[in-house]
Amino acid sequence: MTATITPQQPGQQTGRDGFAQVLRAEWTKFRTVRGWVIGTLVAVLVTAGIGLFAAGASSSSCQNASGSNGGPVRTGQGCQTGIPPVGPAGYAVSDSFYFVRQPLAGNGSITVQITSLTGLLPSTTSNGSDTRPGLVPWAKAGIIIKESTQPGSAYAAMMVTADHGVRMQDDYTSDTAGQPGAVSAASPRWLRLTRSGDTITGYDSADGTHWTQVGTVHLTGLPSTVQAGLFAASPAYQAISENFGGGENGIVAPSQDTAVFDHLSRSGAWPGGTWTGDYIGAADGSGIGGYHQAGSRFTVTGSGDIAPAVTGQAGDVGATITEHLVGTFAGLIAVIVVATIFITAEYRRGLIRITLAASPRRGRVLAAKAIVIGSVTFVAGLAAAAAAVIFGARLASARGSYVYPVPWATELRIVVGTGLLIAVAAVLALALGTVLRRSAAAVTIVIVAIVLPYLLGVASVLPVSASGWLLRITPAAAFAIQQAMPQYPQVTALYSPSSGYFPLAPWAGLAVLCAYAALTLGLAVVLLRRRDA
Amino acid sequence: MSQALHAGPPGLSIVRRVEAASMRDTLHAEWTKLRTVSGPAWLLAGAIVLVVAVSAAATAAVKCPSGTACPVDTPKLSLTGIEFGQAVVAILAVLAISGEYGTGMIRITLTAMPRRSAVLAAKAVLVAGLVLAAGTIAVGGSVLAGRFILPGHGFTPGRGFPLLSLADGPTLRAAAGSVLYLALIALLSLGIATVVRDSAVAIGIVLGLLYLSPIIVSVVAGDPVWSHRLERYAPMSAGLTIQDTTGLRGLPISPWGGLGVLAVWAAVALLAGGLVLRWRDA
Repeated sequence: MTATITPQQPGQQTGRDGFAQVLRAEWTKFRTVRGWVIGTLVAVLVTAGIGLFAAGASSSSCQNASGSNGGPVRTGQGCQTGIPPVGPAGYAVSDSFYFVRQPLAGNGSITVQITSLTGLLPSTTSNGSDTRPGLVPWAKAGIIIKESTQPGSAYAAMMVTADHGVRMQDDYTSDTAGQPGAVSAASPRWLRLTRSGDTITGYDSADGTHWTQVGTVHLTGLPSTVQAGLFAASPAYQAISENFGGGENGIVAPSQDTAVFDHLSRSGAWPGGTWTGDYIGAADGSGIGGYHQAGSRFTVTGSGDIAPAVTGQAGDVGATITEHLVGTFAGLIAVIVVATIFITAEYRRGLIRITLAASPRRGRVLAAKAIVIGSVTFVAGLAAAAAAVIFGARLASARGSYVYPVPWATELRIVVGTGLLIAVAAVLALALGTVLRRSAAAVTIVIVAIVLPYLLGVASVLPVSASGWLLRITPAAAFAIQQAMPQYPQVTALYSPSSGYFPLAPWAGLAVLCAYAALTLGLAVVLLRRRDA
Repeated sequence: MSQALHAGPPGLSIVRRVEAASMRDTLHAEWTKLRTVSGPAWLLAGAIVLVVAVSAAATAAVKCPSGTACPVDTPKLSLTGIEFGQAVVAILAVLAISGEYGTGMIRITLTAMPRRSAVLAAKAVLVAGLVLAAGTIAVGGSVLAGRFILPGHGFTPGRGFPLLSLADGPTLRAAAGSVLYLALIALLSLGIATVVRDSAVAIGIVLGLLYLSPIIVSVVAGDPVWSHRLERYAPMSAGLTIQDTTGLRGLPISPWGGLGVLAVWAAVALLAGGLVLRWRDA
């Protein structure tokens, strides 16, 4: 009431064609058209709703996992076995291997020579117990210093691998190359790990006298007494072939490797006195492993892997939070419709002439519209994505399906990125609506440009290379912002768009969409200035 | 010219037509509208170019290296462009009715032809006819492109991939079915556009209905019940089974059954459009 009788202040008069007024005018237009507000709410509801539907519907993933593990998987509410532990970085990890260990108190080092790495692979002709000699590329054996025997605990290790030479790996995700080449009796490898406080340094050598430092890692919070010793691990054998109908099919079966260690020497305090051999990370006893000692010569056999857990492997146990954001596509369509009509309705009703008469600087009008629609859809997308991610994870775990954990920073990037993706798509639709002045064509082009390349990329006959290019150069590249799991060269998997891996880095993918939106917006400003309204 | 000479005085002609606004007159009026604006012709040409170009590009992207088994459904692969072309067909069908709402022309149309369902029926017949004609050219071009491209990429008759030919029963079914698929998409779009009137909203609903289901299926693949339901009853997933020529036993729905599901969607949309058009003020 007081506002209506307050006389207009001089400041408001002079600021009439200021940008704030244009912005306010556009906000008023958006806010007071019921259909646009409803459309935005629909976008939020379908994004969250379809995401929750997907989270609830994928509840049978535990039963799928039982095929590869063989044992009973469904126990009580959730899947008990098959759930990977969580590593120090917050990602799910594989941490199962055969460990011949002793406690190491304080600083110290361990040095060993490896003279052979051999293994057994499942036979390709039958899926029974037949085996044949051979190694998977990332079969690994070596020395390790580990926080504890708890799966998922911190570690640093020096190892020889089947196809990738000597590596130093720590905390599941880091991988540094040492000497290349395969190990044999004629060409043995010497490995050394030295602990000094939180710092662990790895060395390798071909002859045991000339040492090369491979890497230094800091494991913060490492307790004073750690477990150290020899290990062997061999990731499951996978024959994954790309399926021409989309997706992939393959067989997965355990493999094992056996390493011969010699000239084991140690320094520092090793209070245990005797070596203990046990399999880490398989409570159900499914792990294969064992060791044999003769003086300083050890033969260790193991299976499993010490590496990040990834999707895209045969026998994949769970979903990622990206799958709970599948509703983004539906939300995008609603937002694209609203953003296009936000400008084309002005042309259809002739309101554009009044708008441009009231605010003759046309570029500003479009900028104000872009800011209003971008902000509104960003907030809507953010809310929807947050709801889908938070409640999706709860719903999935209540339904007994496993969702790969991701660090909170990744989760934040995915939720905020989804909001940005929707907002930038809305600005693109607004700009194209201004260029074309026809809503049907503008809506179709934006939807087809964003949604169809993704569809062809994840669920079509196209080979991974072709769908990879579609997801690099089209606006659909922006979906990379929703990628939950990083790719690791040291883990064998089918890193394809259909299993949640995009060819571009998350922010680079979003930048592609931003470039399309910026170019179209620039064109729209030029045309709006030149053309009669 | 001769028609103009034979037509009687203009006034008389109008009176006669109001007395008996036959289906033929309605069709003629709608045909004149479609023919005399440039949009439909461009959209049809665009649909043909898009279908053939995308089909050829997708076919060119798939190679079968020697020595490996390639479980590729080559007729379906050579018709990939339908997935894109249907978007253009949807625009054409949506604009056929929502264009009239946008300009207010619909009130003149319904004044001249008060039998509203006849107006919608005439639009449906014409749009479907145009799409059938354009679809035949587009599908023919796609199959022809596949016939030329596939043998060079390892899909040779010697390896179990005969040259694409319409003389082959399943290929003919896939090709002819794709043409019918496009026509049914047009009818579905026309029905939805009649209900919602606004072109942007209609095209958003149509494209959402078509493209969302395969994306959701790819996510809920772990749930056999829901993915089966979606593949059986979603318009695009079900309708495009008409293109499958291999692995028919593993399909969630038979090819003609799938096209039938899409036909039911189109019929329901048109029926809803017809009812709403009758009951609602224009």
